[in-house]
Amino acid sequence: MKILVCISYVPDTTSKISFKENNTRFNSEGVQYIIGPYDDYALARAVEIKEKIGSTVSVLNVGKAETEVVLRKALAIGADDAYRINEDPIDSKHVAFQISNFIKSNSFDLIMMGKESIDYNGGLVHHMVGENLKIPCINPVMKLDIVNNSVQLTREVDEGVEELEAKLPLIVGCQEPIAEWKIPNMRGIMSARSKPLNIIEPIQYNSEFKYLDFSLPPKKESVKIIDKDNLEDLINHLKNDSKVI
Amino acid sequence: MAVLSIVELSNNGGIKKSSLEAVCFAKKLDNDVYSFSPMLLNEKEVDKLGTYGSKFFVKLKKNLDIVFQLTEIIKKYNINYIVFPKSNLSHHYAARLSIKLSFSIINNIYSVPEKENGNLMIKTSIFSGKAFSNLILSDSNAIFLINKSSVLLSESIESIKTLDSMELNESNSYYDSIKILDKKNISGSIQLNEADIVVSAGRGMKGPENWENIERLASLLNAATACSKPVSDMGWRPHHEHVGQTGIKISPSLYIAVGISGAIQHLAGVGNSKVIVVINNDPDAPFFNSADYGIIGDAFEVVPKLVSLLEKNYG
Repeated sequence: MKILVCISYVPDTTSKISFKENNTRFNSEGVQYIIGPYDDYALARAVEIKEKIGSTVSVLNVGKAETEVVLRKALAIGADDAYRINEDPIDSKHVAFQISNFIKSNSFDLIMMGKESIDYNGGLVHHMVGENLKIPCINPVMKLDIVNNSVQLTREVDEGVEELEAKLPLIVGCQEPIAEWKIPNMRGIMSARSKPLNIIEPIQYNSEFKYLDFSLPPKKESVKIIDKDNLEDLINHLKNDSKVI
Repeated sequence: MAVLSIVELSNNGGIKKSSLEAVCFAKKLDNDVYSFSPMLLNEKEVDKLGTYGSKFFVKLKKNLDIVFQLTEIIKKYNINYIVFPKSNLSHHYAARLSIKLSFSIINNIYSVPEKENGNLMIKTSIFSGKAFSNLILSDSNAIFLINKSSVLLSESIESIKTLDSMELNESNSYYDSIKILDKKNISGSIQLNEADIVVSAGRGMKGPENWENIERLASLLNAATACSKPVSDMGWRPHHEHVGQTGIKISPSLYIAVGISGAIQHLAGVGNSKVIVVINNDPDAPFFNSADYGIIGDAFEVVPKLVSLLEKNYG
């Protein structure tokens, strides 16, 4: 069995977000980049499946050379080989086309991703790859087991959870508690250095929208502290000033 | 040229508020608003769509792939914009449609777009609510996924007409191989991303047995309950209540945080709330910097007091 895990290269969750060049570009100065937290769950589960039933795990990222550090980390966590499609991602559809094109020429049984990236929070790429390749996509998945070529899953739905059974090939978007994040050990880090990291050239794509600029939420006025022995005051404010209750 | 708004029902059978917002949003884009629901709507609910400006309701054909049905509707009625309220279900349909129809797709829309020289200027929320983007869309065919509260609900009464004209008979979808073995509903609570008021609690509650007053407070305010990541990690509360960077992103009109320090990852998921109230016994908790109102005090003292005060006023 062959598993592909698609990972995004995103600012660490603790990053302070800022922009430069008249707010037209993201300011990456001092920002630590990580494997997207949801993608990290997908990777962790893929490695568990590999250890349990035996399979190969490949990781893929759409990005320029700077993203190789997260691919190496994924190799250290337990992936067997890595692929980087050499292109700055433009939008969800762009990334989906690059991934779909890659899968067409390298068939996989199970394609795993996070439920969304934490930079643009699209949550669309997995469904798009599914539509491109006519492979069903299930998202967000909280539990995944492979039993005799059939896939047993738990999916979160609006106002509930569903137990599903699906066949391979399959695409899944993952979220906790599908697995615990894995931290690479020294042996993993050493062996990652010699695992293959292949670079692939992208296919042409044109987006019909363009980001003009970015902004930060307006600063809140400083907090109004209310005496804990005078909670009527809070209710009055919420009712009469903020008009939210 | 026309707009299609997608409508969803909540477990109690009523149209979700976010779906009515989708109808209002669609009305701002074009006067000719069609509606469609992947769920079965009764007549009363269809009329409600008319109250908010929808002119036509296209009837669902049961047991056929929704994306196939949407494709037929879009072609038949010359739909150029499709408005989805954000939900797990809508992401699935919207993403597939954007590929099938070659429409542009914009997610996390924060406010109603402005028209400028035939283009749309659109503001979206990015970095889990930590920032915004302004983008320009030149495509005249597009799919929009809108955040909750991106538009104010306003009535604009139309006598809605139901169209029962689906020609599709077979869909033969590649999704047919997926079997749903079981579904469990989350019952008795207000859905988190639909709620106007959210009462959330963190590690400061010391244990799952202490949630009674949080739930009481929520029910008095007709609010949904939420929690921080450590609380759902420790299993004190179910995973679907976890709000934050890796949980659910919400934008209610009022967010009350009890015993949550306000780490940047938590703020990412709730920062777009209109009004934030923080109750914490640590005056240095970072959450106070992002709050509108703060109460420095022990949750075990403040919350019961607040509950009895609200009981007097509303109970």
